Amino acid sequence: MKVTELIEKLDLKVYTKNVNLEKEINGGYVSDLLSDVMGNASEGNVWITLQNHLNVVAIASLKDLACIILVKGIEPSLDVIAKANEEQIPILGSTEKTFELSGKIYQLLM
Amino acid sequence: MVTLKFNIEGGNFSKAGYASSQVKKTLKQLNIHQSLIKNIVVALYEAEVNIVAHAYKGTIQVDIAPTDVSMLVSDEGPGIENIDLAMQEGFSTASAEVRQMGFGAGMGLPNIKKNVDEMYIDTVVGKGTSLKLKKMLNNV
Repeated sequence: MKVTELIEKLDLKVYTKNVNLEKEINGGYVSDLLSDVMGNASEGNVWITLQNHLNVVAIASLKDLACIILVKGIEPSLDVIAKANEEQIPILGSTEKTFELSGKIYQLLM
Repeated sequence: MVTLKFNIEGGNFSKAGYASSQVKKTLKQLNIHQSLIKNIVVALYEAEVNIVAHAYKGTIQVDIAPTDVSMLVSDEGPGIENIDLAMQEGFSTASAEVRQMGFGAGMGLPNIKKNVDEMYIDTVVGKGTSLKLKKMLNNV
């Protein structure tokens, strides 16, 4: 599934601008511990988290993740959005809580 | 042989990952195997964040040779009091602020060890730490 399809199916908010949303998603990782994501997420994963600072973008970029989804309506700051635009990492948002959102994405991907 | 050098500022989280990102780009340009790049990037990022989270300042030197990538990560900082404890998953001396950002889960050094072939820690309490890492390029 592509990032665009996920946005459409789950009515996600897109915070980044001019970032490629045609990337293919091959799975996901749910964690707020950055070293956990660094060690265990895989290329092409969606990353579901409540962390919203610059290092999240750095990790997503280093790991070639498909996108970041912020839960519970958490909004990224302008510097985070600017960095994500530059690194071509889509930052999306959902008003749902982590468990419900992860469950829906799991069903869509499996 | 390609050599890359970086100065890392302690406490500046907004720049954390810059050195790792530059090394990743260079390794890609040199056509190093993707899975090896992934390992090197994980190890180097953790080492870079360790300087930012724990030390006053530090340097990273990466030597890319045809057979291996050697990384020397040195800092001026508090040093590591007990290396065995530091190597245990879950043990961390990170500050509350650092933990709130999602760092300091006690996975840094274990993550580094898992992703390289050789790892040596040289540390003096009150002076600093240097980490010598090596990733072989011939066994994919």
